[in-house]
Amino acid sequence: MLTIEHLTLQLPYYAPWWRRRWAEVLSDVSLELHPGEVHAVVGASGAGKSLLAHALLGLLPEPKRQTGRLTFHRQVLTAARQRQLRGRELALIPQSLDALDPLVRSQRQVSWAANRAGDARANAWQAAGQALTHYQLDERSKQAFPHELSGGMARRVLVAMAHVSHAQLIIADEPSVGLDPQQRDRVLDALAALARQGKAVLLITHDLRHALPIAQRVTLMRQGRCVETAFASAFQGDGDTLATDYAQALWQALPDNHFGVTPTAQAQNVA
Amino acid sequence: MQLIATFAVRLLRLALVMVCVAAVSFGLMMLSPIDPIDAYLGPQMAQVSPEQRDLIAERWGFNEPPVVQFGHWLGQLIQGDLGVSHVYNQPVSEVIGQRFKRSIVLLGSAWLLTTLVGFALGVVAGAREGSLLDSIISTYAYLTASTPAFWLAMLLLLLFSVYLGWTPVCCAGPTGTLSQDVGLATRLHHLILPVMTLALVGIATITLHTRTRMIALMNSNIATHAFAQGASRWDIAWRHGIRHASLPALTLSLASLGELFGGSVLVEQVFAYPGLGEATVAAGLRSDVPLLLGIALFTALFVSVGNLLADTLYALIDPRMQKVTP
Repeated sequence: MLTIEHLTLQLPYYAPWWRRRWAEVLSDVSLELHPGEVHAVVGASGAGKSLLAHALLGLLPEPKRQTGRLTFHRQVLTAARQRQLRGRELALIPQSLDALDPLVRSQRQVSWAANRAGDARANAWQAAGQALTHYQLDERSKQAFPHELSGGMARRVLVAMAHVSHAQLIIADEPSVGLDPQQRDRVLDALAALARQGKAVLLITHDLRHALPIAQRVTLMRQGRCVETAFASAFQGDGDTLATDYAQALWQALPDNHFGVTPTAQAQNVA
Repeated sequence: MQLIATFAVRLLRLALVMVCVAAVSFGLMMLSPIDPIDAYLGPQMAQVSPEQRDLIAERWGFNEPPVVQFGHWLGQLIQGDLGVSHVYNQPVSEVIGQRFKRSIVLLGSAWLLTTLVGFALGVVAGAREGSLLDSIISTYAYLTASTPAFWLAMLLLLLFSVYLGWTPVCCAGPTGTLSQDVGLATRLHHLILPVMTLALVGIATITLHTRTRMIALMNSNIATHAFAQGASRWDIAWRHGIRHASLPALTLSLASLGELFGGSVLVEQVFAYPGLGEATVAAGLRSDVPLLLGIALFTALFVSVGNLLADTLYALIDPRMQKVTP
């Protein structure tokens, strides 16, 4: 559904004396997202995961230098097309809960999202109510302001906002961060359900363990580069089928596995 | 129950503010070098003998110590009597009542214009930071924010009344006409310039604060999320921006009631507009203590009510400000 080919992104920073330099934050990233699949992008903070999400939606501010090719439904995804498809075909579940407007009740915010996706006002309000019910928010939470909701509920409001857009591609940026296990599973299940409806879900997370139960494919990112893309099933046992040392080391370092620091991992840390 | 308690505390605080304002104003008047009897007599000063002066002083209670005088005034105030103004030879409450009726038209329309136009300009400028429109509005705001109201009043007077002759030079109606004979159109005609002056200056602060808040919002996660939903800049400004930017605008606009009063003193002086501001100047220059204290109290009350209103409205717009009742 979405193909990313050799995406390279440079953002400016200022050296002393106002000299503008360019920092390469994404280098040669290639990915392919398929309908009906959850594709997890896993990496440490600073790996460029959120930047990738924003680049796909065309939300990065100018100035920037971006090369490579984005294709959505076999058509090139230009900046103009991104603007057109945002909220209709491409949806974002943002990382931070302060993306919710603190001055607006939750159902109204969701109805705005539906309205922006092309629903008429009256329909949008209804769709918002249904979506919130779908994500198990009761009448009281629908009429609540974001600060009155728990983290998990606010997160589900954000998912509902992506849900009402009827977008085919949903980019979820760290949707499970800061939630207790029960709430986290609820949010991740919601994403898996979206994929079962035939949508493509790009799940951005720093925790491999949370991604594996629902993801079909996993891409590991490190310092703006794709290290490896593998099927989620490859992450089992000792991880012998994983192609790169980094992926193997990461897998073996998990507490559930050996909690081990392999020689390769040590070598990489030194490097 | 809690509402009544909050209300009682607010009322008590207001009363305390009033007493403080009265005491400070009274103290300042006592320190004023202008002798109230000289000011009262004016040019007839020379024809009055020292015995007659003593008589006037005794009648007005000037030979008693200041604390006793203040006590007298406070005692009368509690009975609802603000005293008699010797400049206008009328009860103070009547003078304030008449003057306020004229001033409220001036202040009210200037305030409304300031708030609405200032807010609208701020939203428009902040929604498109760095655009040509933003540059024009900001330049205007910075220029007028650093302009004194009375100076602008003189410039406008020079331009519109002297050179162009479009607006009258002074007063609330044509000179030599009784105020009850002045029609609505004439009244409005006389209001235009003073209102313009007050509004032109007042708009700048509200615009600048609204603009800053809008820019902060447009760069926030809220706006990024809205962009991701396919919202346009104006959609974000309309739905999110107006709510967020109305908070500082509201505080400023209601708190600026005090400034507006201050500004009106100067502007009414320049335009010889017979409002409360002009009466304040007259009372100050001729040491009319009861009138000045009355006006000070009235202004303080007006400003306090404005602030109270801002406090209340704030909680209506921003739900996070509401007190949680367990």
